[in-house]
Amino acid sequence: MTAFFQNTIGLPYGWAWFVATIVGILVIALPLMLAVAMIIYADRKIWAAMALRRGPNVVGPLGLLQSFADGLKVFLQETIIPSSANKGLFLLAPIITFTVALIVWAVIPFQAGVVLSNINVGLLYILAASSLGVYGIILAGWSSNSKYPFYSAIRAAAQMVSYEVSIGFVLISVILWAGTFNLSGIVEAQQGHVLGFLNGFGFNPLLFPLAVVFLISALAETARAPFDLTEAESELVAGYQTEYSSMAFALYWLGEYANVILMCTLNAVLFWGGYLPPVDWAPLYMVPGILWLFAKILFFFFIFSWVKATVPRYRYDQLMRLGWKIFLPLSLIFVFLVSGWLMFQRVGLPA
Amino acid sequence: MIQILAFYLFAAVVVASAAMTILARNPVHSVLWLILAFFNAAGLMVIAGAEFIAMLLVIVYVGAVAVLFLFVVMMLNIDFAELRAGVMRYAAIGVALAVALAAEIVIAVGAWSAGGLELGRRIAPIDESVPNIEAVGQLLYTRYLFVFEAAGLVLLVAMIGAIVLTHRQRSDVRPQNISRQINRRSKDATRNMNPAVGQGVEL
Repeated sequence: MTAFFQNTIGLPYGWAWFVATIVGILVIALPLMLAVAMIIYADRKIWAAMALRRGPNVVGPLGLLQSFADGLKVFLQETIIPSSANKGLFLLAPIITFTVALIVWAVIPFQAGVVLSNINVGLLYILAASSLGVYGIILAGWSSNSKYPFYSAIRAAAQMVSYEVSIGFVLISVILWAGTFNLSGIVEAQQGHVLGFLNGFGFNPLLFPLAVVFLISALAETARAPFDLTEAESELVAGYQTEYSSMAFALYWLGEYANVILMCTLNAVLFWGGYLPPVDWAPLYMVPGILWLFAKILFFFFIFSWVKATVPRYRYDQLMRLGWKIFLPLSLIFVFLVSGWLMFQRVGLPA
Repeated sequence: MIQILAFYLFAAVVVASAAMTILARNPVHSVLWLILAFFNAAGLMVIAGAEFIAMLLVIVYVGAVAVLFLFVVMMLNIDFAELRAGVMRYAAIGVALAVALAAEIVIAVGAWSAGGLELGRRIAPIDESVPNIEAVGQLLYTRYLFVFEAAGLVLLVAMIGAIVLTHRQRSDVRPQNISRQINRRSKDATRNMNPAVGQGVEL
């Protein structure tokens, strides 16, 4: 795109790069917001169908405009700031959550070569950005100056930090196999990975358990059911967002769902071939890669919704036990197994 | 051009937020300024071409260490009057530290303007095209292997020490046995009785 602005429009390189980057950001961020609106609708519809209800069906055809109506509603409400809240931090917290949920998309490859920023530490960048996400929640809890948000913030922070550990080890196994931190490189490494025709690390028996661990950790990382203890209605009102209203509340909502879509995308990119078709067969490549990626994202989002509709909420000690006593040792063992297998294959080869 | 702008932006924010870290009255604000300083230091490292270190700085310090700081500080019950009373008591030590730091800065500036220190050739010149991560890995796992593993051992000892110091055997609690809970079936816990009228149930 930089070349387009440089040659066709005739800007100098610096400006061409700048404009191209801004356009790239908008091309990703605006459809993402639309996707969040539609995915909230899809979530409610799936959830309703599993509970034998109709779900949103009043606003627009089939209720398709429900999310936009909700958005308009919160937009028109008054922003209430509690009198004893720490005002600056109170307003900063949702902005952090929302921003962090958006910046991660910079390194996601949507198709071969279609990525905003093709950096060679892509996966580390994702880890770094997602570790920033804790602050949006912790600050909200503290600055609200209210009991329930504070409890919820502490729960959320402990939960996110715990599950990031096992996610980190899962990612290390993927990186070991792919040999690169670059997300496009990871996707390319999955072409014909199993038996020469299955595209995806997830089909590999050594990596499939890790794909499952990653999916469950992703649920915990985004605080979705059954790990939504941070906003357990029966205990904590609405969790860390209790004191929030209007746009600040909407920013949390948008950020949360953008994170959910991101985690679905990461599942697809890291384990199930990203923009590659599931089988390495030439006619399947006629379909644009971005459609394969979207199909995989939607599939994983359906799993997220399905879990939310059917699995009862964990108790907090069970959540911590799952993270530290099961996933952490399991992912460590698999890092050991994966690196052992990779070394075993190199026995006798020149270094 | 943009590198220079970015450098001055990051550097200015690092210095300013470091100053705010010690000037902020509220300890939570202090920690948040510290986090901003970490973050901008990571930006400086990206400019210097050390993207791996920059990402690690954000993941480890911002993502984990600073969260723990924030946890501890948030739990503190701060009495501002007492804090201010303490200022005069520690004034002497504070002034001594400030003088020492100022002297060090003067010496550092003097040494810097006297010219670079020749440390001989760089220990391991690395090709520009090799990515950061590979370069660090190649050095860590060849030349510095023993130092690296010794550092790992030190951390392991520290971890075990922390566990030993805080672990205590409690006899007054009944811990859950998760596998027993999961393996428990309804027929182990309940009985279906059909008592005759007026007889009741024997437990």
